[in-house]
Amino acid sequence: MKLTLRALLKSPWVFHLSTGSCNNCDIEILDCLTPRFDIERFGMLLAPSIKHADILLVTGSCNRKSVIRLKRLYEQAPKPCLVVAIGECSMSRGIFIHSYNCPLPLDKIIPVDAYIPGCPPKPEAIISGAVKLIQKIKGTL
Amino acid sequence: MTIVYLIIYGFLLTAVLGLIAAWIDRKITARIHYRVGPPFFQPLIDIIKLVGKETLIPKGASRAMFISAPVIGFASVVMVSALLWGSNNNLFSSFLGDIIVVLYLLSIPSISIMLGGFASGNPLARIGSSREMKLLLGYELPFVLAILVPVIKSGFSLKLGEIISFQAQNGAFATYASGILALIVCILCIQAKLGLVPFDCPEAETEIISGPMVEYSGTGLAIFRLMKNMLLFTLPFFLIILFLGGFKFSGITILYSVLKYIAFLLVITVIRNTNPRLRIDQAMKFFWGPTTGIAVIAVVLALLGK
Ligand code: SF4
Repeated sequence: MKLTLRALLKSPWVFHLSTGSCNNCDIEILDCLTPRFDIERFGMLLAPSIKHADILLVTGSCNRKSVIRLKRLYEQAPKPCLVVAIGECSMSRGIFIHSYNCPLPLDKIIPVDAYIPGCPPKPEAIISGAVKLIQKIKGTL
Repeated sequence: MTIVYLIIYGFLLTAVLGLIAAWIDRKITARIHYRVGPPFFQPLIDIIKLVGKETLIPKGASRAMFISAPVIGFASVVMVSALLWGSNNNLFSSFLGDIIVVLYLLSIPSISIMLGGFASGNPLARIGSSREMKLLLGYELPFVLAILVPVIKSGFSLKLGEIISFQAQNGAFATYASGILALIVCILCIQAKLGLVPFDCPEAETEIISGPMVEYSGTGLAIFRLMKNMLLFTLPFFLIILFLGGFKFSGITILYSVLKYIAFLLVITVIRNTNPRLRIDQAMKFFWGPTTGIAVIAVVLALLGK
């Protein structure tokens, strides 16, 4: 594996985007940063700007207004960049599936590398999802 | 020969020590939060990762300035470090007034951050850069006044080497009242120079999403990060030379030198973890009011020989 890719897996900085979630998933993401779970052990940091990020965490049901911003952010992210869908909403639109405002699930809009189910997923589930994503990339390359 | 000094002392040694310092800083922060903290090689891994990422240049940016700003700041830090190591270890005979050169070169990293922010054309970066500029004007006055104290105490010598040898004979300046006051002022000023919490309003991550850095990605960000990590070593090193007699590397004094540096790092980290962020006007008032006052008192005391 290339050195820079190995380094990427050891220091993935995450950027967190909410596309119209009920805010519960976002709070669970912030829980991962608390002393109890401490994802800085794995070198993860919450990146302030998308230009610094390696992983784009998407929560929420991708409503019409935020889809434009979502695409723009994905284009602005410096590659290599991974996308993780967090919560039922971003995977299948969850309880908003019949809404006029949520035309497409996330993986029909941008490529998604990992799905973390749950409504909301527990912080343990988010961390295990991140670990599985890292293992997947290590295995395929 | 100068090139060798620049590469070995200015870059390699300082970068290694700076990365270790960055790890210690992050680890202490984590322990204060009751967290585990990052592994030992984390700062190095971050830099390697950033070098491997794509570098994006925003559309409205001024290209040449945007790319060269990190290099300017980095080069000045390398030069300062080489000068400081040179005077500390008597590698080469330095010139009269090198302390003034060091002072100038130490303000270039802030200026390079400012240039990069303005060149990127991002409104948040502009706000951050203008705050950085105000902060620079704020802390530079007390910093220069405080640095006058060791100059006065060593009999108006403007050479770092002479200041060190004077302290080797007559004891460190931090044992005098004026030295202690000046040291306190200097620690507050390097906190602002490093852009750490109470004075991190130029970068305020929760407010203007890391200010001047917002458009930087890939190698540019890596150079800025490495520059900041090296400054985390170089600035305390400068203060140790001025007030505590520099580093010595013979026998048991190595341990003493390391302890001096760790004590500085600990103070910086604890200040950064126990304070809220000041607004820019509060920071300016703080620097031009009480801090400058203390610095003036220190200079007067030094003139009186205390
Ligand atoms: S998945 Fe559940 S918790 Fe998460 S945003 Fe959707 S409704 Fe809220």
